[in-house]
Amino acid sequence: MKLNADVLLSVLIALFIVRGLRKFLDLPTRLPHLNRLLGWLWIPGLLLFIGSRAIGWESDQLDEVYMLFVLVVLALPLFLLRDYRPARTLLIGLVPYVLFSAVELLLADTQLVQDYDEAFDTSKGFSFIWMFTSLFIARSQKRHLEKERLEREEEEKARQLMATQKAELERLVAERTAILTQQAEELREALTELKTTQTQLIQAEKMASLGELTAGIAHEIQNPLNFVTNFSDVSAELITELEEEQRNPNRDPELEAELLGDLKQNLLKINHHGQRAASIVRGMLEHSRASTGERQSTNLNTLADEYLRLAYHGLRAKDKTFNATLTTHFDPNLGSIEVVSQDVGRVLLNLFTNAFYAVQKRKELGQPGYVPTVTVTTKPLPDGDVEVRVRDNGTGIPRAVVDKIFQPFFTTKPTGEGTGLGLSLSYDIITKGHGGTLLVETQEGQGTEFIITLPA
Amino acid sequence: MKILVVDDEADVRTLFEQRFRREIRSGLFSFSFAYSGEEALDYLHAHASEVVLILSDINMPGMSGLELLRQIKQEYAAPPPPPSPQVMMITAYGDAESREQALQLGAFDFLTKPVDFAALKDKLLTLASHEN
Repeated sequence: MKLNADVLLSVLIALFIVRGLRKFLDLPTRLPHLNRLLGWLWIPGLLLFIGSRAIGWESDQLDEVYMLFVLVVLALPLFLLRDYRPARTLLIGLVPYVLFSAVELLLADTQLVQDYDEAFDTSKGFSFIWMFTSLFIARSQKRHLEKERLEREEEEKARQLMATQKAELERLVAERTAILTQQAEELREALTELKTTQTQLIQAEKMASLGELTAGIAHEIQNPLNFVTNFSDVSAELITELEEEQRNPNRDPELEAELLGDLKQNLLKINHHGQRAASIVRGMLEHSRASTGERQSTNLNTLADEYLRLAYHGLRAKDKTFNATLTTHFDPNLGSIEVVSQDVGRVLLNLFTNAFYAVQKRKELGQPGYVPTVTVTTKPLPDGDVEVRVRDNGTGIPRAVVDKIFQPFFTTKPTGEGTGLGLSLSYDIITKGHGGTLLVETQEGQGTEFIITLPA
Repeated sequence: MKILVVDDEADVRTLFEQRFRREIRSGLFSFSFAYSGEEALDYLHAHASEVVLILSDINMPGMSGLELLRQIKQEYAAPPPPPSPQVMMITAYGDAESREQALQLGAFDFLTKPVDFAALKDKLLTLASHEN
């Protein structure tokens, strides 16, 4: 009776082990069906107990049989989960003990067991220790795996966080890119607008300087026209005189020759002054027209002289009290060079206008004995280049601003009097347009000299 | 009658010599030419009291015609002799301001370019007859 009751204790132990195993291997998740079946593991124990009681069979090995059965049954989930390392370790730990228990049970009451009782006990002890050791190893493996799993989860979480952040970053980048693209587009538009404005400004500057010229041009055309009219009038008179002479019975061949000579000379003069007027009109048209950028063979002496007169008379027409001595040193050996004469003309005009402005300003100071003088000098250089110097004895340029005079929109003139583009454009025309140089030498209160060098 | 013509245009000489060829030949007028105000003053200093009339352009580089007029009037302001030559201005700018200024400075007359030589000749002849 007492012996059979041991099986009930084994049932309790079995339930305890099942509970432990379920938790250890997380059976409800991994093997839900088997897990449910394991819940019924107490039934065979109870049946064994009731059955043995019913038939009156008593054995001190009943609990061992039951335990063996329990262990074999429990080996099943371990086998199924052998890919899980703690499960495999447990299985390896369990197998020797189960085998040994089975062998012991089969050989119970045989002579062999009794003979080697001590050896069997020792062996059983070893297999038991083996099993428990495995249990501990399995536990530590499980803990290790758990740790790894947690780490993986952490990593996964971090990865997901990074992915989220990356997505957010990409969204931001896309947003910024869109803004930047828009800004770039806006800038491009602004640039186009600026370029258009620049072209308009250059044209405006051209027209402004043309405005300065108008009066000068009128004067310059008036003079040659005056000669054309008068020389043709006087020629008509000469012809009348010649006709009278021819009708005269006492013809004076000497006088006739003189009259004819004068007539011829007059016709040449009419032609000369007609050309002069035409050249001025042509120059004016060229000046107002957009530059073709075409280079033509140009005599800088002629060009400088023409624009010097235009600039001078232009200023004179605006301010009748203005006067200046014009000195020209045109080197007759100066050959023609290939330049965009319209552009270089604008540069010269600008330099002359500035020079006149400077001498006028100094004259206003009322220094006794001051003679406003503008000097133009041309000179061929030994290397074939051509130099044009425009010097004035005006107010000079203060040291503080001399570095700025070639900058666009820089002007010392009162608002409305200068566009501030003249020298900047001149600089561009000489340096970029012709590969030459435009230098300035100045002394405040004494005068200024601009030196143009143009390559042949 | 000696007339000094002041103009920076060189061809003025040819023009005057032809326009007044008969008068020059007959010795009624004699012309001298100066190509700037400064040159004109020099000439006047060298030929004092010879020149009766000066015909001057206003718009010349260096000393302008008006400046020349002012200087002549200053130099010959105080009578007795030498008597001041008459100064006649000729200009391409026929504006009222220049005219007024010239007359105020004591210009004898004010002509605009292109010069009407017929009218000029009449004026000169009148002047010559007064002279005589």
